Amino acid sequence: MTVPAEGIVGPAPVRRQRNPVLQSEAARGLSLISPTLIYAVIFLVVPILLVLANSFWTQHYLEIDRTFTLENYRVALTDPIYRDLLLRSLWISLLVSFFTVTLAYPIAYFISFHGGVHKGLWLFLITIPFWTSYLLRVMSWKVILGYNGVLNSTLMGLGLTDGPSDAFLYNTTAVVITLTHAWATFAVLPIFVSLEKIDRTLVEAATDLGDGPLRRFLRITLPLSVPGIISAVLIVMIPTVGDFVTPRLVGGKDGVMIANAIQAQFGKAANWPLGAALSVTTMAVVTAMAAFIVVTIRMAARRAR
Amino acid sequence: MPDRTIANRSMIEISRVTRSYGSFKALDETSLTIREGEFFSLLGPSGCGKTTLLRMIAGFDTPTSGSISIDGQPMDGVPANRRPTNMVFQSYAIFPHLNVEQNVCYGLKRLRLDAAEEKRRVEEALAQVSLTGLGKRGALELSGGQRQRVALARALVMRPKVLLLDEPLSALDKKLREQMQVELRRLQQAVGITFVLVTHDQYEALAMSDRIAVMFGGRIAQVASPKEIYQRPVNCQVADFLGGMNFVKAEIVEENGASMTLDTPGFGRVRTDKPAAFVRNGRAATLGIRPERLRVLWDDATDAHEVAGKVVDRHYFGEITHLVIEIPGFEKPLSVTETNNFGADDIPVGASIRLAYDPDALVALAD
Ligand SMILES: Nc1ncnc2c1ncn2[C@@H]1O[C@H](COP(=O)(O)OP(=O)(O)OP(=O)(O)O)[C@@H](O)[C@H]1O
Ligand SMILES: [Mg+2]
Repeated sequence: MTVPAEGIVGPAPVRRQRNPVLQSEAARGLSLISPTLIYAVIFLVVPILLVLANSFWTQHYLEIDRTFTLENYRVALTDPIYRDLLLRSLWISLLVSFFTVTLAYPIAYFISFHGGVHKGLWLFLITIPFWTSYLLRVMSWKVILGYNGVLNSTLMGLGLTDGPSDAFLYNTTAVVITLTHAWATFAVLPIFVSLEKIDRTLVEAATDLGDGPLRRFLRITLPLSVPGIISAVLIVMIPTVGDFVTPRLVGGKDGVMIANAIQAQFGKAANWPLGAALSVTTMAVVTAMAAFIVVTIRMAARRAR
Repeated sequence: MPDRTIANRSMIEISRVTRSYGSFKALDETSLTIREGEFFSLLGPSGCGKTTLLRMIAGFDTPTSGSISIDGQPMDGVPANRRPTNMVFQSYAIFPHLNVEQNVCYGLKRLRLDAAEEKRRVEEALAQVSLTGLGKRGALELSGGQRQRVALARALVMRPKVLLLDEPLSALDKKLREQMQVELRRLQQAVGITFVLVTHDQYEALAMSDRIAVMFGGRIAQVASPKEIYQRPVNCQVADFLGGMNFVKAEIVEENGASMTLDTPGFGRVRTDKPAAFVRNGRAATLGIRPERLRVLWDDATDAHEVAGKVVDRHYFGEITHLVIEIPGFEKPLSVTETNNFGADDIPVGASIRLAYDPDALVALAD
């Protein structure tokens, strides 16, 4: 920097410099997160890259031909079997997210607004069913919905049906019911958190300005809990698209989802590249749908004002 | 400031209201009448039940016993959203997902006015609080002072019979607070709505109110105009809460009707008004005098009423100086505030000094 030769020297223009302490702090921070970073790279980034790479290769019996090709994607996108499976998976996951959030919202609302001092206890009670294995819970729905199941015996006992019906199990509805039950708690939590964050004086202010219970819910509580609804939808929708245990156990022929097809390609059909291409396609479509849903909910919330 | 004539019609009648939490009484058999068009303040230390009382007027809380009526209508069982009151919350409670305009017309929406009328009222309310042109600002892009104004506009636009304000200025910095005190007062005079202000700041209450209720521990100690509260507090607690007060032990010589004669070692025999809440307890009583009602006597000046003592401490506050003066015969030293125009800031600690006092400034206080 040049120093003015004459006159009074004003305060020299100091450029904000990086504080060496901060720099070392940044370094320390990096070293602190590096185990996590390495972990994430090994268990997240590498597998995805492997899948991506596989999706451009070709399987020849036991060999893998590593020349670049888009053939797998052509099959994944145009073969009606896969297209239908993907659409059905998306539809099921949409239904599941919708029902889950619709069920979870009142629960979260009740705990947050009327849980009193026992909020923690209520949340704890809700998680109890989730101490048992996911498989067990799916199986229990089989017991409920099956031919000789609880539902059929109840209906017959009440005299509403003459004989057992096989209409309840092995179809899309059974998959939706089972998945909804399985994911309900995961939806309660984010909604609960967003409701907890709402300043209660805002609700009082709405009351003060003349709103009754329903109006203040629609105008204040609901719009302010939208972030919780969005994360609940995403938390439920994204994993359910890829679920293959539930459709396998309660889905029957109608309930098969894309993940079952992917699993088959990596297993019995032994066509890893096609399985990879199906996976990548599903990921892309789910991401697009998630983005679309986020935007839609936000817009709906804005419109509601 | 209270030069307007206020209608003698009562707007809020609070009769024997008690609010208990378990065995604890946040409000104890409180009765109070607030007049139409009045700027009324509830003043008291933290936890004395001001907010509790205000929330019961608003309908957010219900009395354990007793009743409240507003504008002649009993409010028992009337929910907050159907009361002719609006509230300015301490935290302002601005709706974060709405902009200024939407916040202000929040309550109007339900009235289903035609669009032009609604817009006119919103504009009017924004103008009243000097926020014209900020209608499209997001709620989160406002400064503390602006939020306060939005909260005010949002309540005023509803044209309530009573506006309730719970420590509306306490979150603002000193300068802004003083400015808002003046503005709030002017606004109240302009709209003529009954304002009920909760505050624990005695200067705020004195500067803004037509009348003040001073509360302690769930009870109202005194209801009067600012001047009377300041000059004629009913007891030591009220006197002490409203600025400094020198307390001097005195002996009751004579007591008749509305006045009494007290004897003190320093001030001699003093005849004063008997405070309303005075409860005689033997011959002992307390005499109070405000520090600014004592005057330093310079050089050879004399006064019909003077006491002599020694300066034991001195605190400089810019335009004034606090002197602490020990007087023979007094249990505690007297505090004196003197302007610095005559050099009170130069009086050395240890100096002998004479003070003049106005016997009319001496008040008898119930303990
Ligand atoms: N929900 C409640 N449960 C138990 N006690 C309460 C409850 N609400 C208020 N109180 C008690 O009632 C008393 C009066 O409370 P209030 O909020 O009216 O005080 P305040 O005069 O407004 O004080 P501050 O100036 O601190 O706001 C306090 O002692 C408080 O602890
Ligand atoms: Mg309070």
